[in-house]
Amino acid sequence: MSLGVSLLAVEGLSKSYGGIHAVRSVSFMLQAGEILALIGPNGAGKSTCFDMLNGQNVPDSGRITVMGEETTGRKPRDVWRLGVGRTFQITATYPTMTVRENIQVALVSHHRRLYDLWSPMIGIERGEADRLLDLVGMAGYAERPCGELAYGDLKRLELAIALANHPKLLLMDEPTAGMAPRERVELMRLTAKIAREQSIGVLFTEHDMDVVFEHADRILVLNRGSLIAQGSPAEVRANREVQAIYLGEGLLYDARHREGAPA
Amino acid sequence: MAFYFVQFLTGLASAASLFLVASGLSIIFGVTRIVNFAHGAFYMLGAYVAFSLTERLSGAFGFWGSIVVAAVVVAAIGVFVEMVLLRRIYHAPELFQLLATFGLTLMVEDLVVLIWGPDDLVGRRAPGFKGAVDFFGQNIPSYDLFLIALGPIVLGALWLLFQRTRWGILVRAATQDRDMVAALGVNQKWLFTSVFALGVFLAALGGALQIPRDAVHHAMDLRIIVEVFVVVVIGGLGSILGAFVAAVLVSELNAFGILVFPTISLILVFLVMAVVLVVRPWGLFGKKEAPARRTPGLTVIPWRPLSSVERLASLAALAFAAMLPFVSGNYALNVGAEIAIFVIFAASLHFLMAVGGLASFGHAAYFGLGAYGVAFLAKIAGLPMIVCLLLGPLLGAAGAAVFGAFAVQLSGVYFAMLTLAFAQIVWSIAFQWVAVTGGDNGILGLWPEKWAASPSHFYWLALGVSAVVVSALRLITFSPFGYALRAMRDSPLRSESIGINGKRIQWTAFIIAGTTAGIGGALFAYLKGSVFPDNMGISLSVDALVMVLLGGVETVPGAIFGAIVYKALNIWLVSQTDLSKLVLGIFIVLIVVVFPKGIVGVVESVMHRRRTAAPKAAPLSAKMEGAQ
Repeated sequence: MSLGVSLLAVEGLSKSYGGIHAVRSVSFMLQAGEILALIGPNGAGKSTCFDMLNGQNVPDSGRITVMGEETTGRKPRDVWRLGVGRTFQITATYPTMTVRENIQVALVSHHRRLYDLWSPMIGIERGEADRLLDLVGMAGYAERPCGELAYGDLKRLELAIALANHPKLLLMDEPTAGMAPRERVELMRLTAKIAREQSIGVLFTEHDMDVVFEHADRILVLNRGSLIAQGSPAEVRANREVQAIYLGEGLLYDARHREGAPA
Repeated sequence: MAFYFVQFLTGLASAASLFLVASGLSIIFGVTRIVNFAHGAFYMLGAYVAFSLTERLSGAFGFWGSIVVAAVVVAAIGVFVEMVLLRRIYHAPELFQLLATFGLTLMVEDLVVLIWGPDDLVGRRAPGFKGAVDFFGQNIPSYDLFLIALGPIVLGALWLLFQRTRWGILVRAATQDRDMVAALGVNQKWLFTSVFALGVFLAALGGALQIPRDAVHHAMDLRIIVEVFVVVVIGGLGSILGAFVAAVLVSELNAFGILVFPTISLILVFLVMAVVLVVRPWGLFGKKEAPARRTPGLTVIPWRPLSSVERLASLAALAFAAMLPFVSGNYALNVGAEIAIFVIFAASLHFLMAVGGLASFGHAAYFGLGAYGVAFLAKIAGLPMIVCLLLGPLLGAAGAAVFGAFAVQLSGVYFAMLTLAFAQIVWSIAFQWVAVTGGDNGILGLWPEKWAASPSHFYWLALGVSAVVVSALRLITFSPFGYALRAMRDSPLRSESIGINGKRIQWTAFIIAGTTAGIGGALFAYLKGSVFPDNMGISLSVDALVMVLLGGVETVPGAIFGAIVYKALNIWLVSQTDLSKLVLGIFIVLIVVVFPKGIVGVVESVMHRRRTAAPKAAPLSAKMEGAQ
C-alpha cells in the first residue's frame, strides 16, 4: 500500500437524527485497489454512512476526502464526477430503457453530452456500452428491456453503470442482497477481479459473512454508529467484542472459520 | 387603523370556508392518496343544495338545518362517487386520478346549470347574524364574526376526532401505511369511503356556509379549487393544521392584496407561495413524500426511433394531409388548421408528460402566452406576421422559464397543482389587467397577412409548422437530452448518482415544452384573429391532457393521434349538443377507467404481442414490487 494520499479518507464522521446517533465519529481510510467491507448488525449505521460518502446525505460533522479533495456535503452528481461509482441496496435503474441504453445514459453524462438535443442516441457510445456489458458478462442482454431483467442481472447491470465513468472508487451498498448463493459468489468474484485489474478501491456493506471473509482485504465493524473494530479478516474474526455483539450470536460463518483455519 | 383591522377580520372570515374545503382535500389525500379535483364541485353542490333548502325551509331552525342537511346530502353523493368510480382507480397513476376527478367536475358544472340555471343565485341572510357590529365607525357583518369563530372550532373538532376516536386512530394509521392497516384486518374499503365522506362533507359545508356572503354561481368550483390548491401547497398536503394556517395566510393576502395591487391581487399570493416553495418545498407543515409511483400496470415497450418504412409512411400521411385544400371547402380547412395547431399543443405537453414524467395541469398558460405574445407584437409594436410568429412564442418561453424554475422543484401531484395554480394566475392577469390585455374583451383584429390569409395557405402553414415541431420534439426524445429527461422520470436516485443535474434537465424540458406550446398559441391567434383569456384557461389545459391520454401517454406518437381524434370529436360535439361539458366529463372518466393505454398504446401492444409470439413483458408494477 502506498503511503501517499489515500483514495478515500474519512475523519470523525457523525450524523444524528433527533436524539439518535446514527453514526458517531467514524474514521477510516481506503487505498487504491483495496477492497474494504463495512459490516454491522441492522441499524448499525452502515447505510447512513454510505449515503454520506456519496453525498446522498449531509453529515453533521466530520470530513470526507476523495483523492485529496474534500467532498463533505457535496451533491451526489459532483462526487460522481470525481470518479466515485455507486450501486444501491435496492437497484436503481431505468426500467423503460433497454440494458444498453441504461449504460449509454451514464456514458453520455460522463462525456458531458447531456444537452445534445439532436444526435440520435442509438449510435452514441454504443461500442463502449457493449464493452462494459461484456465485462460484467451481459453481452447478450443489450437489447432487452431493463424492466424484464431478473434481480441478479439488475445488480450486474448496476455494476456496469457504476463502471461507466472509469471510477477510482466504488461504493456498493449490499451488492449481493436478494441474490441466490451462487450468484453472490459470482458477482463478488467479478467485482474483485475488476477492482484488482483497474486498481479501483471498493467499499461495500454486506450481511453475508462468506462473501465478506472471502473478498475483503480489510473489514470495518460498525455497531450503534461507532466503529468498534477494523483490521484484516483474521483480526476481526478474533476480536472478542465483535464476536460478542455480532458474529458470536449466530452461525454466521462456517465452522472452518471458527476453528481459526486460514481463510 | 380601524379600517385595516376590519379588513383583517374580513380576511379571517373568508379563511373559514377555504379552511373547510382545504382540510377536506387534505384528509382525503392523506388516506387515499387521491388529490380530489372534484372537491370544488362538491363545494359548489353544497352551496346550490343549501340554497334550494333554505328557500323552502323557513325560520332559524330551517336555515341552519338546511346548511347541515345540504352538507350531508352532498356527502352522500360523495359516497356514491367513491364507491362507483374512485374504488376502481385507487391503484392507477395519480395523473389518471386527477383527470377522472376533473371529469367529474365538468359533469357537475353542466348538471348544475341544467338544474339551477345559469344565473347567479342570491341566498338568504343567516337568521341571528343579519346585522353588523360597529367598530370605531366601521361595520363588521356579524356573520363574519360567526365564521371567524367557526374555523378554530372545526380545527379543534377535527383534532379531537383524529386523536381521541378509534376511527381517527385508524385513519392516522392508514395515512402512514395503508397496506399495514389492511393487513391488520381493518376493512379498508369502508375506511376509505368514510374518509371520503368526511372530506366531501367539509367541502359542502364550506360551500353552504358561503351563501349568506356570496352569490351562488356555476363557476365557483374552479375558483375555489385553485385557491385550495394554493392553500395545500403552502400548508402542506395532508396536514390539517397546515391547511388552517395557510387558509388564513392566503385569505389575509387576498384581503390586503386588494389594497396594494387592486387589479392583480393574486400576484401577492403567488409571491408568497413561491417563497414558501423555495424554503420548504413540501409546504409549511407537510412532510416530504415518498417518490411518486410510476404508471403501474402498463406494459413497457421500449421506445424506438422510426424505422425507414415507418418514416416513409409518416411522410406519405403528411403528403396526404397536404392534399386537403384540393378536395374540401373553407370550413374543413379551418378545422384542419385548428387540428394541426392542437397537434403542436398536445405534442408539447406530451414531451413534458411522457418523456419527462411531469404532468402539467396548466400547460395552456404557455399556449396562451404565445398567443398574447403575437397580439402584443402585432398590435402594439406593429411588426410583420412572420416576425410575430417567430418572436411571439418567446413569451411562452419566458413564462415557462419563470414558472418552470419553481415547478420542477416538485413532482407528482404537487407539480400538477402548482402548474395549475400558475396557469390560473396567468389567466387572471390576462383577465384583470384590462389596460394591457383588454381583459375579457381580449385583443381583436389579428388577421394573417396576404400570403397566409386564404384558408388553404393558412392550413398549409399550420400543417408545415406542426410537422416541423413534431419532428423536432421526436428528435429531442431520442437524443441524449431526451434520454437524460427519461432517466430523471425513471429513477431520480440513479440519475443524480451518475452526474445528471436532474432539475436543470427538467427545467430545460419545461422551457422547450412551453416554447413549442407558444408556437401553437401564436398560430392559434392568427387562426382566430383574436386572443382571449380563455386561450390560457383550465379547460384548454385539460383538453391537452385528454389528448395525450387518449393517444397514449406511454407511447411516442400518442399525442398526434390523440389530438386529431379528440379535436375532431370535440368540434363535432359542440355543434351537436349544449351539454358538451357533461359529455366530455363522461368521456374522460371512461378513458381513465376502461381505456388507460390510449389509442396508440393499444395498437402498439397488439403489434408487440404479434411480433414477440410469447408475451414476455410483465407489468412494470409487478417488477418494481418484486424488486423491493
